[in-house]
Amino acid sequence: MNVKKQILKKIIELIILLVVLSFLTFMLMYLAPGDPVEKKLSAQGTAISQEVLEAERERLGLNRPVLVRYAEWFAGVLHGDFGVSMTDEMPVGPRLAAGLSNTMVLALSSLIVALIVSIPLGILSAVKQNSILDHIVKLLSFIGNALPNFLISVLMMYLFCIVFRVFPVVANNSFNGLFLPAISLAIPMAGRFTRQIRAEIISQLDSDYVTGLRTRGVKEKDVLLRNVFHNASPHIFTIIALQIGTLMGGSVIIENIFRWPGIGRLVMEAINGRDYTTISGFVLIMGTIYVVINFLSDLLQQSMDPRSIS
Amino acid sequence: MSKRKKRQKIKIIIATIFALIVVVVGALANFIAPHDPNATNAMLMRKAPSAEYLFGTDNMGRCVLSRVLDGARITLASTFLLVAISFLVGIIIGMLCGYYGGIVDTILMRIADLMLAFPQMVVAIAVAGILGGGIFGAMIALGITMWTGFARLARSHTLSIKNEPYITAAKLNGKNGMQIIFGHIFPNIVENVLVNALTQIGTTMIGLAGLSFLGLGVTAPQAEWGSMISEGRAYLQLAPWVVIFPAIAIIITIIIFNYLGDVVMEYRRMD
Repeated sequence: MNVKKQILKKIIELIILLVVLSFLTFMLMYLAPGDPVEKKLSAQGTAISQEVLEAERERLGLNRPVLVRYAEWFAGVLHGDFGVSMTDEMPVGPRLAAGLSNTMVLALSSLIVALIVSIPLGILSAVKQNSILDHIVKLLSFIGNALPNFLISVLMMYLFCIVFRVFPVVANNSFNGLFLPAISLAIPMAGRFTRQIRAEIISQLDSDYVTGLRTRGVKEKDVLLRNVFHNASPHIFTIIALQIGTLMGGSVIIENIFRWPGIGRLVMEAINGRDYTTISGFVLIMGTIYVVINFLSDLLQQSMDPRSIS
Repeated sequence: MSKRKKRQKIKIIIATIFALIVVVVGALANFIAPHDPNATNAMLMRKAPSAEYLFGTDNMGRCVLSRVLDGARITLASTFLLVAISFLVGIIIGMLCGYYGGIVDTILMRIADLMLAFPQMVVAIAVAGILGGGIFGAMIALGITMWTGFARLARSHTLSIKNEPYITAAKLNGKNGMQIIFGHIFPNIVENVLVNALTQIGTTMIGLAGLSFLGLGVTAPQAEWGSMISEGRAYLQLAPWVVIFPAIAIIITIIIFNYLGDVVMEYRRMD
């Protein structure tokens, strides 16, 4: 099969997957226990009659068949309309978009920090296997991997905001506010990246072509940077893509600790207010980003390593 | 056995001993705890660690040591139960799919693929949030995606052994599918999948503690490490011990189980 056909087939699969994803997300919202209408109307503490409840449900269109509601919701989503919030009836699309862009800033900065730390450390400890440096790096990355990120952020908050007083406790949209949440997300990620990059470089160094290059007298530096790193790089992209899911989950926790105005804080507010529209919008957006990134990483892997095309 | 392998075996034994100590402490939490973990005392608010209260007391005058111990019980029990159920569901589905193949296999593996297409923690937060908190809600939320890993692993191992002579021999002896799956395939693949389950314990603990930290895990006043840290951070400045002791507990426990998983994996790679 030629490459173009293969890619086309993958894109069709991706689209089907995204549609199924949106359906499951909608069902999550549909099957959710508890009645948001009742919650909304009884928020003032007064008792409400069955007729009022029924009328409100009718007005919000909650009494129509599931598939009709799904089709309508999905058509809206394609136009960027995620429906109105169940708590205050404002459209959730713009809120999700604003939250998402803040979350992107946070996620990208922590990703960059994690990569800046872990790529050199991973390569160094792979080249100098079993040296003292390697053991230290292994130990640090092991501990980094074992630390839940909420713990790191609480400890950093204690250290930097209370003991040293160098950063504000509540993150505003400035560099100072970004620093602690980004580092909290980056530390466990750097631990995992370092381990995986080290393993990848070691497996490349053990392969025959490296022995061949060395016997031909190619400089070790060239072997490492031109060949080994080049061959390992598609795998490194895969390693990053696999961490995106963890990064998204971690970001929800971190945003709530530092009050970063991202999509994760939005979803926790929505959970507390039983605002299913926002929750499903969040799941759909995160799921779509995750699926698309993994798709791109697959594609990248194939274009950089033609052997993996079957 | 080579020298390296012997050393690795010693590492496994040491890690297992530590893991057992943690499990025993968690199991006996109610007997070891010096105080009632939920007993409040307005006279003893935020007292620093002392001989009577080794880890100090929290905002409601509750004994932090007793709460850390009670939290160990909850964390370990929920983690093991969740991993065990996901393991059982996953391995059974994986074996059925691998052995029988066909349309059921296609459907179940498609479902597994779909589950893997969602980021795990995002699904967990949304599902736990919609189920409205509670430790069982959190377990369901993480379990929805967790079984898929075990199922895929069990399926691929089943595929690799299902045409072995001893399976054919069992078939010729007139054994039916279920007898072959549970009598012959299960004993041969269980070790591989179990090792994978072992490496999942640390991640699962982090996930459950994270959900509890967000208020989507245990319900108050039940002590749990994640929720203790979440409560304590509000008055971190006044009583850092309320956060520090559960933090140490969670780090040590995760490190022990991650280390155990790592050394077992490495030992098996040495064959």
